[in-house]
Amino acid sequence: MLDWPILSTVTFLPTIGAILVLVVRGDDAIAQRNIYHVALWTTAVTFLLSLLIWVNFDPADPGFQLTERSEWLGGTIAYAMGVDGISMLFVILTTFLMPLCILASRLTVHRYFKAYMVAFLVLETLMIGVFCALDLVLFYVFFEGGLIPMFLIIGIWGHDRRVYASFKFFLYTLTGSVLMLLAIMAMYWEAGTTDIPTLLDHNFPASMQTWLWIAFFASFAVKLPMWPVHTWLPDAHVEAPTAGSVILAAILLKMGGYGFLRFSLPMFPLASADLAPLIFTLSVFAIVYTSFVALMQEDIKKLIAYSSVAHMGFVTMGLFAMNAQGVQGGIFQMLSHGIVSGALFLCVGVIYDRMHTREIIAYGGLIQRMPIYAAVFMVFTLANVGLPGTSGFVGEFLTLIGAFQVNTWVAFLAATGVILSAAYALWLYRRVIFGEIEKESLKSILDLSRREVAIFAPLVALAVFFGFYPAPIMTVTAASVDQLVGNYEAALSAAGQLAAATP
Amino acid sequence: MPVDYSFLPALPEIVMAAGALFLLMLGVFGGQRIVGSVTSFSVVLIAAVIIMVLAIPGDTAFNGTFVVDPFARLMKTLALIGSGVAIVMSMGYARAEKFERFEYPILIVIATLGMLMMISGNDLIAVYLGLELQSLALYVVAAINRDSVRSTEAGLKYFVLGALSSGMLLYGASLVYGFTGHTTFAGIAAALDGTETSLGLVFGLVFLIAGFAFKVSAVPFHMWTPDVYEGAPTPVTAFFAAAPKVAAMALFVRVMVSPFAAATGEWQQVIAFVAILSMALGAFAAIGQANIKRLMAYSSIGHMGYALVGLAAGSAAGVRGVIIYMTIYLAMTLGTFACILAMRRGDTMLEEIGDLAGLARTNPIMAFMLATLLFSLAGIPPLAGFFAKFYVFLAAIEVGLYPLAVLGVLASVVAAYYYLRIVKIMYFDEPVGGFQSMPTELRMVVAVAGAFVLLFVFFAGQIGAAAERAAGTFF
Repeated sequence: MLDWPILSTVTFLPTIGAILVLVVRGDDAIAQRNIYHVALWTTAVTFLLSLLIWVNFDPADPGFQLTERSEWLGGTIAYAMGVDGISMLFVILTTFLMPLCILASRLTVHRYFKAYMVAFLVLETLMIGVFCALDLVLFYVFFEGGLIPMFLIIGIWGHDRRVYASFKFFLYTLTGSVLMLLAIMAMYWEAGTTDIPTLLDHNFPASMQTWLWIAFFASFAVKLPMWPVHTWLPDAHVEAPTAGSVILAAILLKMGGYGFLRFSLPMFPLASADLAPLIFTLSVFAIVYTSFVALMQEDIKKLIAYSSVAHMGFVTMGLFAMNAQGVQGGIFQMLSHGIVSGALFLCVGVIYDRMHTREIIAYGGLIQRMPIYAAVFMVFTLANVGLPGTSGFVGEFLTLIGAFQVNTWVAFLAATGVILSAAYALWLYRRVIFGEIEKESLKSILDLSRREVAIFAPLVALAVFFGFYPAPIMTVTAASVDQLVGNYEAALSAAGQLAAATP
Repeated sequence: MPVDYSFLPALPEIVMAAGALFLLMLGVFGGQRIVGSVTSFSVVLIAAVIIMVLAIPGDTAFNGTFVVDPFARLMKTLALIGSGVAIVMSMGYARAEKFERFEYPILIVIATLGMLMMISGNDLIAVYLGLELQSLALYVVAAINRDSVRSTEAGLKYFVLGALSSGMLLYGASLVYGFTGHTTFAGIAAALDGTETSLGLVFGLVFLIAGFAFKVSAVPFHMWTPDVYEGAPTPVTAFFAAAPKVAAMALFVRVMVSPFAAATGEWQQVIAFVAILSMALGAFAAIGQANIKRLMAYSSIGHMGYALVGLAAGSAAGVRGVIIYMTIYLAMTLGTFACILAMRRGDTMLEEIGDLAGLARTNPIMAFMLATLLFSLAGIPPLAGFFAKFYVFLAAIEVGLYPLAVLGVLASVVAAYYYLRIVKIMYFDEPVGGFQSMPTELRMVVAVAGAFVLLFVFFAGQIGAAAERAAGTFF
């Protein structure tokens, strides 16, 4: 065990970096380089420190570890941090992707460079805080606070329709979240505390559970996003700068799935069981419908955005199957999607930086000029499709197994989504990469620079490594997931619903 | 003969009254030459009174019609800070606009004296005296720029509507007296305890609420606010938005939870209704505004609605929520108005939201501070405004006012839109030209308010505890 508060250090180190960036004077090339170095080193050190969390993490313990607690709002509302098998890897994912985002932004951001880095560093603090918070109010502060930097990132450094996209993102998410805030307050008065470990053991009355579940659902369904409240996502993704899209797809969306796992399922098991059919329906809709929508997109980023919605459908389906395979698969799918979708947006960023267009028809035959890029893009396209041997396969397969045990129709319909994802992803790949170069403008396009190779190399390695050897992730999550599923079933049988559900 | 020291709890008010009269003499005999000194002295006077307010032990005076308790002490401090900062913020404006009138700080001091009496009033007549002293001073202040049509129009409108509301308040007070036989709060509370509330008393109560709702500018008695905010000179608007709101809200809370505690069921639904209307109107009406002062008027209407959510709960947690809300509201409003006062290009004050375009490029620090304040006004964590809303809605949920809470948070989403619009104009749009550099006193106000809003999350616990002690006065 460590004798210093590692979670708080990892959480707030980026903020200290942001303050350092603010101190740098001027906005010329030299200042920009200094700012860039401060930001890069901060995020790199944060990542290395966060690995210490993994090292000190005991996978056999299903409870919260590395916990910290100090007075905050008085009474029972405290500053409490801690990680368990469900949340720990999300912290690592966040810290892992941030240095890559900073690297990717070095040459693509021109105006307000300092503010850009500050926004990203503050956002990192808030994102890590979401996954570490062990107090509902603290969680909400981190969860909701992330809106401010993300709003600015989309709005200031985004593309043509950035204002519309940033407002839509902000207001959609806020609407869902404020209802969750009221639910948090109701839980406080009911249980007398906002301490998450205590609340996990608290039995909420059945009628209250339904309302609380709906309020949390309003927030997480928008964040995840689930069909039909996903419409902010394609806009936000398309208009955000490359690094903003990466963070959105890789981490912000995962907060919704994490919220379901941390709150909805364990705290409101009866409501979750009652409303699981709703989730299954929406998940299947998301998988099938948004896959079709993705097929017809003309904008590369929009296509990937719709594919994200479809993949999140697998996540919700797996989580609400509420068996070990489904939940493990859902978590794995989220982590894998974090790597793969983030990488895909970085891939789009590479060609956008060169050609300044995201239209699919503007490209074609890139393999002639960009062989390395074509290979990288191939890996992530296949990982997105869920080809065995890539990380995408493990998550989809496990969620399908989980869903199959509960409802074969759901699993059947979701499995068609795998085929559809192959259709849109491979078709996109063919149109962009294969063929002869016909456009005059593409004839001088350059392959990946060393910086870009450095960004993609770890992502490719992880996507393939976890495809062949998912055990490191599975061992971390196993104990906590078993406990979650066990408690859930105990709660259901205690309520006598299990007997009624099985004929 | 022994001296009767029972007036001692009112010593700060007495000092303030004597100070105001002294400053008036100074101004009358000194003329325009010493406007600066009068202004400085009035700030010093207010600072001295703050210290006295904090030092005076809790007690009652004048046969129980005047009370000093933790609640009064805290709210008085807030009102005094609001007034003092408003005077400080007017200095640069007065210099630049040739608006140097010694009456201005003196009228603010007198209005503040009225506020202190309102906050400490423990009797319907005493309360009315304080309220009228404050209101009459405010009417004059609204019209202080007597050569400007807009300013005089604002003053006249304020006066006519204010007089009407005072009439309603007085009518309500007389009904209450008629049906309980008391004007002191303790007497009314004793008369109501354990008896069925009569219809006449409910009438009186509703009239009282109407009068108070006018003073805090809650819907449906808000009509004067946008016109007065827009018409009055900007430092006056900054003053109107801060201290008088705190004092009126304190009075509102005291009258509702102290004498009428037994009739909570009667007034709770009225306040809840007023709160919902204020939040909704504040949110929707501000969307279309182009003038930032008018926008802030609707914004303050909305904020009073949120504060009233805490009052509607009628519990200790609710009063704590109102106190925290007003504390944070004061800081946010003063900071925002300091930014508005700094909107000056060439020789003219600017009031259009569009004039802020591209401020992030021309003045990054001011843009950052204003954006922080606006996000806080919108109630986004981790800024102070979030905690303000958190505590009032927490209280509403405790007593089961679910529809009120749901409508309230949804209104806050709508309100977020127009705050975001200003952020968008500052950060996403191209610059139209910079402002003159900010005067030092405004810088200080913005810095303190901005730091308060940004760092509130670290000392939220302490402020919450202080507010809880103050709220404990009534429960």
